[in-house]
Amino acid sequence: MLRTSQRRFREEFMLDKNGIAKRIAKEIKDGYYVNLGIGIPTLVANYIPETMDVVLQSENGLLGMGPFPFEGEEDPDLINAGKQTITMLPGSATFDSAMSFGMIRARKVNLTILGAMEVSQNGDIANWKIPGKMVKGMGGAMDLVASAENIIVAMQHVNKAGESKLLPQCTLPLTGVHCVKKIVTELGVFDVLPGGGFKLLERAPGVSVNDIIKATAGELIVEGEILEISI
Amino acid sequence: MNKVVSGADEAIRDVEDGMTLMFGGFGLCGLPENCIAALVKKGVKQLTCISNNAGVDDFGIGLMLKQRQVKKMISSYVGENAEFERQLLSGELEVELIPQGTLATRCMAAGYGMPAIFTPAGVGTEVAIGKEIRNFNGKDYLMEMAFDADFAIVKAWKGDTMGNLIYKSTARNFNPVMAMAGKITVAEVEELVEPGELDPDHIHTPGIYVHRIFQGVNYEKRIEQRTVRKKE
Repeated sequence: MLRTSQRRFREEFMLDKNGIAKRIAKEIKDGYYVNLGIGIPTLVANYIPETMDVVLQSENGLLGMGPFPFEGEEDPDLINAGKQTITMLPGSATFDSAMSFGMIRARKVNLTILGAMEVSQNGDIANWKIPGKMVKGMGGAMDLVASAENIIVAMQHVNKAGESKLLPQCTLPLTGVHCVKKIVTELGVFDVLPGGGFKLLERAPGVSVNDIIKATAGELIVEGEILEISI
Repeated sequence: MNKVVSGADEAIRDVEDGMTLMFGGFGLCGLPENCIAALVKKGVKQLTCISNNAGVDDFGIGLMLKQRQVKKMISSYVGENAEFERQLLSGELEVELIPQGTLATRCMAAGYGMPAIFTPAGVGTEVAIGKEIRNFNGKDYLMEMAFDADFAIVKAWKGDTMGNLIYKSTARNFNPVMAMAGKITVAEVEELVEPGELDPDHIHTPGIYVHRIFQGVNYEKRIEQRTVRKKE
């Protein structure tokens, strides 16, 4: 049932990866230092308004990350945490890995956006390990989620098997506990309430509240009229 | 205080089987390419390697893995390496995965003479198993021990004969904290200069931490993910 309905709005409605990134970009405020994870979070950089003063942190040791270099101008000594060649904007600063995680731990970075395999209704996140599969490692994810003041997760609402990724409890090994504040999926925007539960804030264009209820295994809180996401 | 050695072979001459080595670098960026090549040539085995990543099949620490020189890897992320995966799954290779910030800070602690640090990274996860947890101001922290490495092997952009080092862009990464953490620290640099040629205010690693230095040759500086945009 769930799989059928998923497939239906996958084709016709929902947000694509860029849509999710665009919606998350609206959470970024002027003056923020932001760390973007690999995958959909990386796309968020494309939707930060130029009028806004935002500095991107890359945990391999850079503040002031700019766009990809022009062809022929790649510098092997200048990469982001996803190992991609990048550029530095005027006013950038480079530093070592200990200082990089120092500024994360000391909560100088205002917002962390990352992907996840599962999020539980009390804000636990699992995004690094699937038992039985080759484990590549947590990289900086455990440090980021343990320290960040504000964590937004960008992910698909259901996994490839059609199972909800918004759960009462995570089933996969955890990356961090009680840390996720907000989730944006192809179906909607959710706050993770301090007392537990996913509060539905907005729904994707063409997606009904009922669709979201069906695709959410954890406790979903729906209050009042839920407006469509505007991006 | 002349720390200059003739090259990578002399710099790693007394690395022995079973030792613990730290390698600077993030992905393939800022790797001590010359020393890795010398270690492959020397053929030392049963090594414990502390490095954020494990290279790729034919570059970085991947070259040492291919020769079965590594007994254990301590890293935060070890993807993109088929031989690594094969050895791990067959049980030939032991791997300890630790959070990236914990890795960096355990190096830093060694260089600052602190036996341990407290970090929230990994609280409530399998990383916390068997570790002391302390609560400070209402939040739990794990006690993580400073690393104890026989050699730290790092790569810098410029260095002088006294061992003072300057790194470039994000090739800095783990290099400075590892440079501080080795019982013996070996630095290979792209450009070796005389004392006085580097501005003391621009030094990232003071020479006191560096025991051996040489100017490397033939840097490949491979790019792992070449991402570009078109000129408009």
